[in-house]
Amino acid sequence: MQNLTQRLANPSRFMAFSAVALPMLALLAGGCLAVGIYMAFFASPADYQQGQTVKIMYIHVPSAWLGMMCYGLIALSSFGLLVFRHPLADVSAKAAAPIGAAFTFLALVTGSLWGKPMWGTYWVWDARLTSVLILFFLYLGLIALRTSMDDEALASKLTAVLALVGVVILPFIKISVEGLSIPWLGIEIPSWNTLHQPSSVLRAGGPTIHRSILIPLLVNALGFTLLFFAMHLKAMRNEILRRRALALTMAEVNRAQRLAAGTSAQEA
Amino acid sequence: MRSLGAIVLRDLRLAMRDGGALGTALGFYLIVVAMMPLAVGPDLKLLARISAGVLWVALLLSALLSLGRLFESDYEDGSLDTIAVAGPPLELVVAGKAFVHWLTTSVPMALAAPVLGLLLNLELSVMPFLALSMLVGTLAVSFLGAIAAALTLQARKSGVLIAVMVLPLYVPTLIYGISAVAIATTPPGSPWPSFLLLSAISVGSVVIGPIASAAALRYQVQ
Repeated sequence: MQNLTQRLANPSRFMAFSAVALPMLALLAGGCLAVGIYMAFFASPADYQQGQTVKIMYIHVPSAWLGMMCYGLIALSSFGLLVFRHPLADVSAKAAAPIGAAFTFLALVTGSLWGKPMWGTYWVWDARLTSVLILFFLYLGLIALRTSMDDEALASKLTAVLALVGVVILPFIKISVEGLSIPWLGIEIPSWNTLHQPSSVLRAGGPTIHRSILIPLLVNALGFTLLFFAMHLKAMRNEILRRRALALTMAEVNRAQRLAAGTSAQEA
Repeated sequence: MRSLGAIVLRDLRLAMRDGGALGTALGFYLIVVAMMPLAVGPDLKLLARISAGVLWVALLLSALLSLGRLFESDYEDGSLDTIAVAGPPLELVVAGKAFVHWLTTSVPMALAAPVLGLLLNLELSVMPFLALSMLVGTLAVSFLGAIAAALTLQARKSGVLIAVMVLPLYVPTLIYGISAVAIATTPPGSPWPSFLLLSAISVGSVVIGPIASAAALRYQVQ
């Protein structure tokens, strides 16, 4: 693994590798999602309490999972940038942020649409919904900080610092919003919303997920994850190409300036 | 340690002789709190119920006003570079500056909060506890805010940016700060667990804040 990340540090080698990996990944993701969506619509039963709306879950759960995983990926890339100065780490962090924000947003929207038939309203300050909302705000902060600076290299480093601060504080945000219960250590921290409105949010704990629902869910989750990595690779390739184009333009401008200086010197 | 003392003294003197920042923050605090009854109506029972939340949110917003200036003036006139070159670890410098921000902005607001609580029909008996929990909780406000201030030193429109970046980080402080006061208002149950969690968050912030801010500053000075 170490070897692989080191070898891919060379952007041209990465471009060659991703040129092969990207179509394969995209194909796999498409196939997986096709099967997953077919299973979700035709091969999985409707919930006896929730009816057909339970099928929102097949988009909602993978989106929420990716929203969280992507933040982990950004934190890892930021660590790679600040500590190992891996040349692709910054490209990876920059490419991942908007995708992660999009999936987090998707999780919020689907959660809200699911909430309407379940809770009778589009938004409930449910603990997990709230912590996903705050995760979305963290993404916004990362994107806003990066776009606010002209110096790209500096923006990368500072955004990486913010991402690492976020990943340190995120567990505490999660605990403070969702609560924490570790019986064998005697730790019992109540969830945030039970402090304000005890047990007004109805969440039927219900039976554990049955296999007929679990398998389509897992297939969809896998499809979404593959899709995420395909999009991430594509965005990284775009970013590398953009930087190359920028470097070429700068070189061209420099050459033109040198030429102009040379001719004016001759005239003088 | 002597350099830390020197930074603290210097910033305290600057804050005392300048003086404008505190007035702005306190004025903003007063106005936001006073707007709240106008917005939700003068129902005293409702106001008492939301008072702790309103006081905390207004405090966070007013603290944000002054955070942008934490490093800005020192960065612009070059004294930050001089301090960075002079030797003391940047972590200590940041800690000193954040501490002075806490002392000159957060402490006065925490002490003013019970008075403003009168406007919101906050129970008299919980006022000392409100002030105490704010004094402790605002350490996190100043020290986490220092991170945002350091990150946005060279950014355009840094004011709004600081708010977007730092408000999500204040969530644990906000939740435990309010829950401590809310539990204190309704007698059964002890507010101390929430207060201890609030203190733990503050202690953690005092550690994370200077480390992260110093890392951010190192990329920008010299």
